[in-house]
Amino acid sequence: MTKKGLISVVEREHILSLLNHGKRTDGRSFNEFRKIQIIPGYVQKAEGSAIAKIGKSKVIAGVKAQMGAPFPDTPNKGVITTTVELVPVAAPEFESGPPREYAIELARVADRAIRESEAVSNEDLVIIPSKSVWILFIDIYVLDHDGNLYDACELAALGALLNTQIPDVKIVTNEKGEEVVEVLETTHPLVMKHTPISCTFSKIGDNIIVDPNYDEESIQDTRLTLAFTEENKICSTQKGESGSFSVEEIKKCIDIAAERTKDIRSQLDKIVDPQGYPWSEESS
Amino acid sequence: MAKNKEETVLITKDGIRHDGRKREDLREISFEVGVLDRADGSCLIEWGRNKILAAVYGPRELHPKHMQMPSQAYIRCEYRMATFSVPDRKRPAPNRREKEISKLLGEALDPALFTYLYPRSVIDVFIEVLQADGGTRCAAITAASLALADAGIPMRDLVSGVAAGNLSGKVVLDLDDIEDKEGEGDLPIAYLPNLEKVVLLQSDGIFTPDQYKEALDMLVPACKKVYQLQRKAITDKYSQINDAVQKDIDAEAKAKPAKDKKKADESKAKDDKKDKKKADDGKKSKADKEDKKKKGLKKPSKKKDDKKQASKEKEAKKD
Amino acid sequence: MNKITIINYSMYGEKKMPILIQDRSMVTPGEVIAEGDFSIGSHVYRREKKIVSQVIGLVTIKENFVSVVPLKGKYLPRVGDLVIGKVTDVSLSTWIVDIASPYHGVMRTSISLARRFDPIKDQTRKIFDVGEVIVAKVFSFDRTRDPMLTVRPDNRGGGNSPYLGKLVGGRVIDVSPSKIPRLIGRRGSMISTIKHFTNCKMIVGQNGRVWFKGNNFEDELLVLRAIEKIDREAHTTGLTDRIKEFLEEAKKQMTSPSKEKKSDKEKRSEKKS
Repeated sequence: MTKKGLISVVEREHILSLLNHGKRTDGRSFNEFRKIQIIPGYVQKAEGSAIAKIGKSKVIAGVKAQMGAPFPDTPNKGVITTTVELVPVAAPEFESGPPREYAIELARVADRAIRESEAVSNEDLVIIPSKSVWILFIDIYVLDHDGNLYDACELAALGALLNTQIPDVKIVTNEKGEEVVEVLETTHPLVMKHTPISCTFSKIGDNIIVDPNYDEESIQDTRLTLAFTEENKICSTQKGESGSFSVEEIKKCIDIAAERTKDIRSQLDKIVDPQGYPWSEESS
Repeated sequence: MAKNKEETVLITKDGIRHDGRKREDLREISFEVGVLDRADGSCLIEWGRNKILAAVYGPRELHPKHMQMPSQAYIRCEYRMATFSVPDRKRPAPNRREKEISKLLGEALDPALFTYLYPRSVIDVFIEVLQADGGTRCAAITAASLALADAGIPMRDLVSGVAAGNLSGKVVLDLDDIEDKEGEGDLPIAYLPNLEKVVLLQSDGIFTPDQYKEALDMLVPACKKVYQLQRKAITDKYSQINDAVQKDIDAEAKAKPAKDKKKADESKAKDDKKDKKKADDGKKSKADKEDKKKKGLKKPSKKKDDKKQASKEKEAKKD
Repeated sequence: MNKITIINYSMYGEKKMPILIQDRSMVTPGEVIAEGDFSIGSHVYRREKKIVSQVIGLVTIKENFVSVVPLKGKYLPRVGDLVIGKVTDVSLSTWIVDIASPYHGVMRTSISLARRFDPIKDQTRKIFDVGEVIVAKVFSFDRTRDPMLTVRPDNRGGGNSPYLGKLVGGRVIDVSPSKIPRLIGRRGSMISTIKHFTNCKMIVGQNGRVWFKGNNFEDELLVLRAIEKIDREAHTTGLTDRIKEFLEEAKKQMTSPSKEKKSDKEKRSEKKS
């Protein structure tokens, strides 16, 4: 079965009328996620990597660690940069070239949840204060687009970070009396202080649904992404598209998102499956 | 670097390579066809530690319009490497190497396709290298040809690629990353196995003419070996569905007796028209199932025979 | 793998002509099917004396005629085909229609409509608007220009020809155009089976688009499941019977009162187990 970019009036009406009857095209309830799977360690050449699947959406994230200078205003902090590439493999409407607005927003949302929750221990990334720190590049590639890339990118980034091994270093003083960093063969796991998980809502008409698929996303009026830490604190919010929410609706979303992210976190050991094969067909 | 060279023995006197392979051995290759939902055709190849995803879109309308070719389809190939696919992070923007390989792969795929069937359109071939470990362009074109076949685009032949190399004067096949960097030469080709034509040929490093010829002679059977694996990947995908269908039929045949009893009870208990109709239907399906049970019993050993039988029965019904 | 095992000699023609691959077995691009003076159909080509497959598909050998039915592929318009399209653009006198093909369909007010079109009084957008779904016939196509579509009833041809024009309500899904013959079935047997069990209206476009509309969501979902099953298993034998069984089972579960309240998902999982 193939899906095309333009959604017809017929399909739009179908989705809407189903929603108005409290149903969704794939049989889910409004507050239900599709099957989530994270396969860590897919790319051995990266310091950390993971493929995240939400339904048929597939996203791969890789973490690369490079030594570099910290930003002058934060000499005792490591650097984390997140990018998202919407590679043309993933959907007929994606074109190659420099990242567009959509990719940049995706990257910023994934980045914000990780940064604001201080998910990565900063001390761990500092080698010589104000001189040398680890720069973590989290590069996310969307491989197959069936909606809700926000949560998929977030999960892939989290999975990759949980899987990251940072090389051990030794600081030696050379003949000139300068401190030089020597990278050793051995590695240690990256210390994670928090695990931010996001939950995305679509508003279609007056219906608010969790984890929109591609068709639902293409007719949505507005979108809301909320990220929660394991302490049940909101660490990032992003409202997108041109529609609007009422305050009551936002409050309701907060309650639902708190519950859903808790669910996902409680099943994290089941969802993260190092033995999982990312390419086989979904059985459901 | 010089230190390293001494440490790793690329090839012993007996022709055993650093990873234990013999000269003509290929690394392990596996394919998965149709891995992406949105693409018209797709293929994932895992060739040694290479992991490459190829996706095909089209034939579709080509923009900008001035690039349209009036008598044939335009093949737009794009080879890209993920930033984390190599030991040092690659910059996200495409570099000159990627652009060159994209062009070569597109040109190598062209002779395998009936492009004149789709004038003014474009066939997009996107290749994303998720992990690179030497010989990516050969693996990429092998995967791309399967993705094209998966998309149902008419082809003269599949395309199979393998690289040869020169390790200390010995010609070997399928270099990995270490051999590629430390060895003396690299010679990738892509080949149409049925038409017996070379469609991609490059070399860098040093080969004597004799070594070059030896390499070509070794590459052709290697490409044919890859071709057999490609064919198997395609046929496996569809025979899997066949097997699943078979299982369903077998399971139903087993569950049949219990169901029939239930049906009989039902029709006794209720006596309106609807149920009568149901019972009739039940009879029909019972007969069908019995047919299938017969099939099912014979099935496990001889699938082919069964297929024939099924089609025969079908013919009979039609008459 | 259905590898070449038997070489049987065709009885037709003066020369003995070997058929290397059996009827209904699977081939891949570049694979030789037969050698000799056969006439060839679609998706095969001649290389010297050999007849070679162009696609992944199933071989059809009838007397001395060889062709391959592909498992996947894009739709290429043929004059007279019934197609289902989505309107993607509207101008003063033309509609551009996406017909799931490398080429988009074009409809002109001058030749495509049944009634007179007055460009001053009438508006194209009021007849068919962007995003709307139409069923039309391919009026002309030669690959050098985009295919022309029509919804004029006198272009329907004789007999019990189908409805042409706008489709309202229901659902539209895409399947591989090469699977449309399977979906229709011999003399429409498959389609009438589906219609019989679900009471749905159904229109099948040669371009791989299917429109259907039922009385309730359950029936529509059932049609969707059936079409998905056909799409997946199109290359297997005995499909019509299996679809019939599948629909029978599903229908029974829907009508039996004890199970009526179950959600679709539960039903599906039940079917699986």
